[in-house]
Amino acid sequence: MRHYPLWKTLSLIVVTLIGAFYALPNLYGEQPAVQITTVSGDSLPSDFGDQVARTLKQDQLPYDSSRLENGQWLVRVDETGTQLKIADALKRAFAAENQAARYTVALNLAPRTPGWLRALGGRPMALGLDLRGGVHFLLQVDLDDAQRNALKRYLNDVPTLLRKKDLHYRGRRLAGDQVLLSFGNPQTRAAARAAIAGDYPELALSEASDADGAPQLSLKLSSTEIKRIDDNAVEQNLITLRNRVNQLGVAEPLVQRQGTDRIVVELPGVQDTTRVKELLGATATLEYRAVDTDGNPQLAASTGDVPPDDELFYTRQGHQPVLLKREAIAAGSEIVNVAPGFDQNGQPSVNVRLDAAAGQRMLHFTERNVGKPMAVLYKETQVVTNYNARGEPIRERKKIEDVINVATIQGVFGSQFQTTGVTNKEAHDLALLLKSGALAAPIDIVEERTVGPSLGADNIRQGTLAVIVAFGLVIGFMALYYRVFGLFADFALLLNLVLIVGSLSIVHATLTMPGIAGIVLTLGMAVDANVLINERIREELRGGKTPLAAMDAGYERAFLTIADSNVTTLIAAIVLFALGSGPVKGFAVTLSLGILTSMFTAIVGTRTLAHYIFRGRKLKDLPV
Amino acid sequence: MRFLSRPPNIDWVGQRKRALALSIVVSLACLTLLFTRGLNLGIDFTGGVLVEVSYPVPAQLDTVRQELKAAGYEEATVQFFGSASDVLIRLPAPKSEAVGSAGEKQQSSAISARVLQALGARDKGITLRRVDFVGPAVGAELKQKGTLALLAAFFGIFLYIMFRFEWKFSLGSIAALTHDAIMTLGYLSLVREEFDLTVLAGVLAMLGYSNNESIVLFDRVRENLLNLRKRSVEEIVNLSINQTLMRSVVTHFTVLLVLLALHYLGGKSVHGFSVAMMVGVIVATYSSIYISSGVAILLHVKREDLLPPKLEEIDHLP
Repeated sequence: MRHYPLWKTLSLIVVTLIGAFYALPNLYGEQPAVQITTVSGDSLPSDFGDQVARTLKQDQLPYDSSRLENGQWLVRVDETGTQLKIADALKRAFAAENQAARYTVALNLAPRTPGWLRALGGRPMALGLDLRGGVHFLLQVDLDDAQRNALKRYLNDVPTLLRKKDLHYRGRRLAGDQVLLSFGNPQTRAAARAAIAGDYPELALSEASDADGAPQLSLKLSSTEIKRIDDNAVEQNLITLRNRVNQLGVAEPLVQRQGTDRIVVELPGVQDTTRVKELLGATATLEYRAVDTDGNPQLAASTGDVPPDDELFYTRQGHQPVLLKREAIAAGSEIVNVAPGFDQNGQPSVNVRLDAAAGQRMLHFTERNVGKPMAVLYKETQVVTNYNARGEPIRERKKIEDVINVATIQGVFGSQFQTTGVTNKEAHDLALLLKSGALAAPIDIVEERTVGPSLGADNIRQGTLAVIVAFGLVIGFMALYYRVFGLFADFALLLNLVLIVGSLSIVHATLTMPGIAGIVLTLGMAVDANVLINERIREELRGGKTPLAAMDAGYERAFLTIADSNVTTLIAAIVLFALGSGPVKGFAVTLSLGILTSMFTAIVGTRTLAHYIFRGRKLKDLPV
Repeated sequence: MRFLSRPPNIDWVGQRKRALALSIVVSLACLTLLFTRGLNLGIDFTGGVLVEVSYPVPAQLDTVRQELKAAGYEEATVQFFGSASDVLIRLPAPKSEAVGSAGEKQQSSAISARVLQALGARDKGITLRRVDFVGPAVGAELKQKGTLALLAAFFGIFLYIMFRFEWKFSLGSIAALTHDAIMTLGYLSLVREEFDLTVLAGVLAMLGYSNNESIVLFDRVRENLLNLRKRSVEEIVNLSINQTLMRSVVTHFTVLLVLLALHYLGGKSVHGFSVAMMVGVIVATYSSIYISSGVAILLHVKREDLLPPKLEEIDHLP
């Protein structure tokens, strides 16, 4: 046998140690925990631990540990019963100190990874939703709507500019994806065009003429502007959705952009999707408006004749017409903080705080109008997708505008006040929505997958069993069929399993059920390299080579074949990864990683073993 | 343990015409099946709603159907899923998908809730195992992406073999791949196995794996062509098949072992995947022997085609 390079032995040892080290966290399992974070994402106050400890001591609730871990406070417990009690106790304690809106208390499973492992970056693989249960949403952002809204702004802004410059236009309207302005003569149009081009370089301008032959100017969004609007809308929606998700109290949520106009939301452990969907998609907001006490709402409703400064709405309860002033005293965007609460009669309420400007307005208004009614208008936009005869989706926006309450102004107030007349749930939801901000563009759920906890647990159990049995079958067969060289292959396979788990943990890849299938498949395919080598050694032995020469030749000649045959599987895995949908991506990841690690273990691993075991022996035959 | 002490001496190449004829007949049958009956596409590709529920006791499908019908879901298909207490309910894509406030009857989440209600879930202790909703647009998109993925895999493998060997082998292996894909899809169509994203993953992995076979064989053909200069190409291909036969058998055996473990123990979510892979592995053995090398011979592969400049590197590798 020729000299065997030392670096191979060393690299095998180093890789084995690193792989085993990072695979280790997966052996410790998980324990129930209560996770507390601030809603705002700020760090927790320094005395937070004492506060938690006081609460837990007061209620005599046992816990394992209570400390800050990765920016969130974790209270680890032994069983789920205590977990629920602790979460309740903490929520109550926060509410008692009026801090309920400040913290998110969520149930979670915390890995039992010991501190010294964690300090070195060791952490277990993440489990996909199909293994731990939860819900996955794919949301489509309605970018057409965002563009239309942007255009609508120009429909108002551009004429303002023209008026300022004393350029007279005769008409303006929105037609599809353009704003059309008509002018009395081409000279005005030319001047207007120059003015608009100067102030709004993001618009693409072109000249046309309307049906009567009057000169027209068409304003379109330029393609870069459209892209900017789209990006803004998606980014804004991402932020809003993240805020909303954070307030749901879900541990480890994922909100991520996918492609140009889609957003993925994954909420582990969530079962009740109805409420989640309402909150994610809602665009609700509140407005405070004065009631027009002079008008006659009944008459306006029956004749459709609404006073010019008023708008007609209906109350949510009883569907009574109400005439409200067009101008809002305070709009949803001016609300700084809202919290659900109760009024002095024990009725659910929303406690509202306005910003300074709106507070001033409210103060002025209430000063002059004590004893008069003020209305709270609830506005919401829903997107409804209908399908036409050809099955093409048509998205329609449906506006819901309800007067949720008309209250008599009891006294003068400014930026802080209460609104009653809502249900308890509405108070909570409204508070949540108003705080998380509005969606920049409506969203539409195009895919939803919910996995119940029992199915997730079944998947883990069955997947693990399949891996163990598959592993046992293969190592049994290899040992039987190739004897000592079979044991080498078995060692390589074991190392391969450790390396796959280790590398999945290092990159913190998500393990899914197809991912487990990928591991099982890799176990079967990985021995192929050793089969090639061993068959080749047998052949060389038959060809009359000495045992050691046969071994050398076997490894050498099999190498290129092994590399070639693995590359094509790798190609398929990469294609799968690009196809990329959650669980299938997991399969592609484990398969590719498995191919790479198996090449290493089969070639370097078994070779090194064979070298040290057969070194210096006089062999008549090889145990292959 | 050694089953064969020396390479067998079977005349594979002599049978290649008969084998090709057989393959063509079976492929045509599979294609006919695929074009007439098609694949049993899952909601990943068609769009729709799928609800899996678990009963504490064995369920009566007829009762379930009646309960659903009474709730207005006439188009629901109901079947057992794995056991007599697990029931899978499929509904066509809802006509309208609303986001936002409650009360939208057609909302997918509302559907799952209403389905549970219709079944009397609370009283009977039925638990919800899973809900999948895929919008029609996403379904169509995944279908397109899936087809594209299949084509990309073919093309990538073709290019790689052309780069490592040459085009006649490349065509041979693509012929084998097409053969394997048609057979596997044909079988899935025959047994009405549901074709979802995971099964597609299985088919793609199977293609990558089935190609291993062709490559191992081609490698040996190349080696023999260069070393045994006196023999004809047919003889060399035949010898190579015989030499690599045991390796093929052993490798397929281990892969089948793990697939059987996955099939019987891995649960329902990987059922289709393991079926696709198993069929693929069996077909791949056959196609690597007859199709890939057969096509290369048909294309008159010559010794001169295979003088790769890379061969001398072998001595420096482990």
